[in-house]
Amino acid sequence: MTDPAAYGADTSIVVDHVSKDFTLRYHRTAKQMAVAMVKGRDISDTFSALDDVTFTVEQGESIGLMGLNGSGKSTLLKLINGVMKPDTGTVLTRGRIAGLIATGAGFHPQLTGRENVYLNAAILGMTEAETQRKFDSIVEFADIGRFLETPVGNYSSGMFARLGFAVAIHVDSDIFLADEVLAVGDRPFKRKCMEKMQEIRDSGRTLVYVSHAAGSVRKMCDRVIVLEKGRVGFDGPVDEGIRYVKYDEDNIKPEDQEDDELGSDV
Amino acid sequence: MTEAGRHRLVDAPLAPPAPAAGLLDVLGRRYLLKLLVRREISARYQGSFLGFIWSYINPLSQLFIFWFVFGYIIGRGTVDKYAVHVFCGLIVVHFFTETFNAGTRSIVRNKALVRKMAMPKEMFPVASMLVSLYHVGPQLVILTVVCLFCGWVPDPLGMLAFALALAIIAVLGTALALMFSAANVFFRDFASAVTILTNFVRFGVPMIYPYTLVDQRFGRFAELYLFNPIADAVLLVQRAFWVGSTDDPDATIAEQIPDDLLVYGVGALLGSIVLLGVAQLVFTRLENKIPERLS
Repeated sequence: MTDPAAYGADTSIVVDHVSKDFTLRYHRTAKQMAVAMVKGRDISDTFSALDDVTFTVEQGESIGLMGLNGSGKSTLLKLINGVMKPDTGTVLTRGRIAGLIATGAGFHPQLTGRENVYLNAAILGMTEAETQRKFDSIVEFADIGRFLETPVGNYSSGMFARLGFAVAIHVDSDIFLADEVLAVGDRPFKRKCMEKMQEIRDSGRTLVYVSHAAGSVRKMCDRVIVLEKGRVGFDGPVDEGIRYVKYDEDNIKPEDQEDDELGSDV
Repeated sequence: MTEAGRHRLVDAPLAPPAPAAGLLDVLGRRYLLKLLVRREISARYQGSFLGFIWSYINPLSQLFIFWFVFGYIIGRGTVDKYAVHVFCGLIVVHFFTETFNAGTRSIVRNKALVRKMAMPKEMFPVASMLVSLYHVGPQLVILTVVCLFCGWVPDPLGMLAFALALAIIAVLGTALALMFSAANVFFRDFASAVTILTNFVRFGVPMIYPYTLVDQRFGRFAELYLFNPIADAVLLVQRAFWVGSTDDPDATIAEQIPDDLLVYGVGALLGSIVLLGVAQLVFTRLENKIPERLS
């Protein structure tokens, strides 16, 4: 077990020799398992999503987490967020965590937008008074108009994401995690989100930003960590990191620049 | 490396981000629990014309069926104010089976949340229990009205018995829901098994038949029957409501209610609390693998 006292008061996130394995199950029913055993096939197999990952993040840093699909970025965020626990190693965090990991994950399709805002905010750790205080601001940011009073089951995917995003971004957090945030939403909304993220960064909160878009990482982050098959492949300055993952190559034409920044090139 | 003005110190200690205190965490987040319970309740009657009235129709129809089939068609082996006798049992059995069934499914049903949000997962079985408890309300209203018509007067010992019965079922139901909700993530068979288990519950308690029959048939083994906490809870509720509704309450107590019922009740509550502790241990051991298994 890692001793929290071993780290300075500035440390925001500690990831110390963290590994996480997933069990892949080939056969689930009794019949399938019996057949597999008779034929001498494996019943299950493990897959190492994270393998001895170690790094620390200071308060106020903004980290760009990069890597190919399946390199363990989302698993790492889930460990930092506390959704999962590591199999071995330690994850320590300081202060409240919010994030755009699962915007709208807690939404209940039969409840209205308003009811869902309260519920989602409570899941993210906000109190009733805090939610009431921020409610107007959340609604304004989501910009879904009169749909607020209708069940979210009727929302378009863009509206759904916007409402979820609006709640998450209004949580007073000390650590902010953002995973592939801009996959949905139209361009004006994406731009609004980027502005809001910059605001979060400039307010001195720790930011962990997962993205494939070199442009936005360059704009947002001051350090890049690259994961490769569950291991830390690179940890250092932004430009070198982007060169390391070679996302820079397709990034020549100037008219692509903005799309690139907004993450729509993936 | 941080520039001026971009730095903010947080007082909070460095700590593991995952909630680790189990049921105690649930107690600490009562506001969220309240919203989850409210979500369940309002989602259940959403889009229904009669809405909350169904909470009254369902127990009333059950009451009628039991009264008609057993009290009227079969008409044997019944006791004074048989309908009240049955209904006391129904309240307990419903509370228990609803908690157990819905609680067992609760984590799988909320997998969108469990997979992505950091919150104590014990929240969901506990919320299922509270939703079931909420539905005891309308049944209690019906029972009270019927009993008052029968000349029932509330007595302190009876009310204590009723509170004890609710506590037994709440703790026992939560314990079983906790254990099986985690197990159900790994094999959905558990939910089906629980459905079958709960089918037996209504026959394992003195609801359709009176306790005297058990006493007559099993003799000294009747004591074993009282080791069933749900049976104790049913008898406690009957002590609270049915006894006072009969024509001669003192005779009913002497004849139908076991002597040491309160002792058995307290024992059942203590046993349920121990089971809840065990359930928490089992849950904590299984919990780590839950998010990845919910695909």
